[in-house]
Amino acid sequence: MAEITSLLHGFGVALSPFNVMLMFVGVVLGVIIGVLPGLGGANGVAILLPLTFTMPPTSAIIMLSCIYWGALFGGAITSILFNIPGEPWSVATTFDGYPLAQKGRAGNALAAAFTSSFVGALVAVILITFLSPVVAGFALRFGPPEFFSVYLLTFCAFVGMSKGQALKTITSMMIGFALAAVGLDTVTGQLRLTFGFTELLKGFDFLIAVIGLFGIGEILLTLEEGLAFKGARAKINVKVVLETWRELPRYWMTSLRSSAVGCFMGIVPGGATPASFMSYGVAKRFSREGEKFGTGQVEGVVAPETAAHAAGTSALLPMLTLGVPGSPTAAVLLGGLLIWGLQPGPLLFQEQTEFVWGLIASMYLGNIAGLIVVLTCVPLFAAILRIPFAIIAPVIIVICAIGAYTVHTSMFDVYLMLVFGVAGYVMRKLDYPLAPLVLALVLGDRAEDSFRQSMLLSQGDLSVFFSNALVGGLTGFALVLLFWPVLAAGLRKIRGG
Amino acid sequence: MKLSSAVRLAAVAAACAISPVHAQSGGWEPTKSVEFIVPAGTGGGADQMARLSQAIIQKHNLMKQPLVVVNKPGGAGAEGFLYVKDAKGDPHKIIITLSNLFTTPLATGVPFNWRDLTPVAMLALDQFVLWVNAESPYKNAKEYVAAAKSAGAGKFKMGGTGSKQEDQIITVALERQSGAKFTYIPFKGGGDVAVQLVGKHVDSSVNNPIEAVAQWRAGKLRPLCVFDEKRLIYKEKVTDKMAWSDIPTCKEAGVDMDYLMLRGIFMPGGVTDAQRDYYVELFKKVRATPEWKEFMARGAFNQTTMTGNEYRDWVAKTEQRHRELMKEAGFLAK
Amino acid sequence: MHDDHDRPAASTRTVELVVAALIFAFGATVIWDSVRLGARWGADGPQAGYFPFYVGLLICLSTGVVFFRALTSRAQSSKPFVGRAALAQVMKMLVPSIGYAVLIKLVGIYVASTLFIAFFMRWLGKSPWAKTAAVALGVSVVFFLLFEIWFKVPLPKGPLEGWLGLD
Repeated sequence: MAEITSLLHGFGVALSPFNVMLMFVGVVLGVIIGVLPGLGGANGVAILLPLTFTMPPTSAIIMLSCIYWGALFGGAITSILFNIPGEPWSVATTFDGYPLAQKGRAGNALAAAFTSSFVGALVAVILITFLSPVVAGFALRFGPPEFFSVYLLTFCAFVGMSKGQALKTITSMMIGFALAAVGLDTVTGQLRLTFGFTELLKGFDFLIAVIGLFGIGEILLTLEEGLAFKGARAKINVKVVLETWRELPRYWMTSLRSSAVGCFMGIVPGGATPASFMSYGVAKRFSREGEKFGTGQVEGVVAPETAAHAAGTSALLPMLTLGVPGSPTAAVLLGGLLIWGLQPGPLLFQEQTEFVWGLIASMYLGNIAGLIVVLTCVPLFAAILRIPFAIIAPVIIVICAIGAYTVHTSMFDVYLMLVFGVAGYVMRKLDYPLAPLVLALVLGDRAEDSFRQSMLLSQGDLSVFFSNALVGGLTGFALVLLFWPVLAAGLRKIRGG
Repeated sequence: MKLSSAVRLAAVAAACAISPVHAQSGGWEPTKSVEFIVPAGTGGGADQMARLSQAIIQKHNLMKQPLVVVNKPGGAGAEGFLYVKDAKGDPHKIIITLSNLFTTPLATGVPFNWRDLTPVAMLALDQFVLWVNAESPYKNAKEYVAAAKSAGAGKFKMGGTGSKQEDQIITVALERQSGAKFTYIPFKGGGDVAVQLVGKHVDSSVNNPIEAVAQWRAGKLRPLCVFDEKRLIYKEKVTDKMAWSDIPTCKEAGVDMDYLMLRGIFMPGGVTDAQRDYYVELFKKVRATPEWKEFMARGAFNQTTMTGNEYRDWVAKTEQRHRELMKEAGFLAK
Repeated sequence: MHDDHDRPAASTRTVELVVAALIFAFGATVIWDSVRLGARWGADGPQAGYFPFYVGLLICLSTGVVFFRALTSRAQSSKPFVGRAALAQVMKMLVPSIGYAVLIKLVGIYVASTLFIAFFMRWLGKSPWAKTAAVALGVSVVFFLLFEIWFKVPLPKGPLEGWLGLD
């Protein structure tokens, strides 16, 4: 068990008082970055990268990765309290987290989100510790057709779970795809749907749409019913954490499944955001209480949060073993390695043992530090809901505006956010579901790119999506999920008849 | 700038004491934080160079005001260029460019040209290397191109970053030189391309050295030739057997093609000479630091630098070359 | 809580028709631009406009059906989309927010935020002046420290920051 020895050595490196202090500083900064929409994990780490230039590399990466853990934790807070996802991967957390908060169970939702994040991260770190070399090769098997099948799987896992009218669900999803297509087309380098407006060159950012549709739209809806947030009755003491912990073991199966989905999506690398959507969709389909998802189920918070954190953490595995960024944040960290004078890539494990194991040890410790920080703050966060509406509402709008602006440092995005806000309000009232729109917006261009790259590779032959066991299995599984309701009905009939 | 820094500081201080408006007559200095625009995403080559510069400037206290890196990657960098173009006369914005300075306006017709900006300094030129998977049988560029040719049109796949940008331009030029015909697969970033090559999803790539060096050292990729007129100067061994300087030029290997990518600094149009000179001096100091030199060696950059008219002429000439290359390839916007 | 006496500002049917028409127009625009780009399946796979074309087509088809259903169905027509009082509430937030967005452009985000929060607290919250000032200024100062000083993320600034030498 060479890994255990190395890991213990890593703990020795990471546990110096200076590094532990950096861990807590990093986690707190990360939570702040995660709470502010727009200032995402990748941006946050990039912004704070120069701070670490004068530190030893191991300390630097400990601090930066803790910022990342903090951001992963922090994204859930505003999702649950105000329906505003602080990070893309916490969109799925709003589906049940926000209804929970409205029922006065904000504390439970937060505690469940943080704890599941921790569990997801823990599973991913254990995977990194013991299986890195085995798993690393797996990521290399992913070419464009495999990526497309993963995105297809995400869609299929999620589609059909919204309760709205089929026509409106389709409309909503197609609007998402159309918005995702705006801007430069990766494959041909042509500008699409920009109509000569330079503001549209950069396309519609997912975060702007989400801040508007969910955040601003929700505030407008709330206002209709008077100047107050529901859920002000939220319990604000630490007991709520223990209460939630008693409930959580019931969802062990969901945790396990979501961790698996998350680790898979992190290593591939498909990303934390698709992981959270996929995990939510799968949990809804296979949970005994799947019908009740969306009305404020703790299980509906557990699924996306576990997967997002597992994916976010395991995304560092390809970075360490292959020098491949598994996520935008990992890409920035890779850049950091160069600045600190380290060579990222397959040899890192052999050449920089102290650095690598220090980092892995800090994944354990940083997540524990993160959990302690956020759990002790649960009452504090829940208490935010007690602030009078006339104070908190304008502050939220200010935060949203800053968030929208920082995504691209563009004023246009702030106006766009308001437009999306009104659209979100109207669409919600007319029963157009928003989740399919958001999913299509976040995955649309990636799915299209990988589809068309595959077509270039195969020279237009669609059978490429079944050309080997891996891609065929993924595509097949996606199709099974898509037609699951029909299949299930058929199975019942056969059994009955 | 003949004044010693102490004298210049004194001059600036004196000028400031009288009236800040006159500061430009002596040496100009930023009066607020400077935005360093990167017309590409976080984690890419331009971004790394910008953030390294930022870190060096901060570590060595080369500038009193903070330097802030801002990524504006939309529309193949058009977002960033238009932003700087619109900031005419603003001396607190600088932009680092790559080849998309030329390719983006030419390929998309976005209303922008480098003449809208003020050239400050060329920091370095980035190299392109033809890479194949180390497990493939091709030992040199000639063999590889011959194999691609005999396999038939479109059978060999070349992975690259973006569409109608430098990687595809090189691919097309390579095709014209050799008569081979590749299927070009565009990906979003250089890191992706290197991995796709390691995973054997494509047959070759023209990655920059820094994008592929890690995989080379690990024995996953093999460099065939470098698209420069001369061999690389870095003699330190990268793998057990080879140094950067051991990679033949493509011309030696029988493919007469060279292409280098600009890594340079520009400012918005309409700034004063003193303001431009400030940044020329600043980046001169950056280039003199050991951190910068180490970075250059690791990424096997061509360390040519230029300023002033020489730089301007070089940019004009390079733009013309891109126009020709892209016209031949049929990449110009209609 | 919907007030039963809140007179409707618009019927759900009307809004449904308007929204469907708007989305239809959006879909049509998407189709139009896709055709310009080329929407066929070329020799090496789909062209740039291929997917957007069908996406646009689906938008037009589905909203077309939604439109005609709303037109022909009588069931929805009596249901109010939003009551007048409720709409007034929504406007109380929306109009100042739009004003805020315009203000950001004019005076920078920090001054605009201070004014916006203060306006809201005084007007809707009826908070005392001292509390209003403390919260409004406090929030802006915290954000200024956070973004400009610590994170070094430049946000839009106006004449006041320039005058204070803070930009």
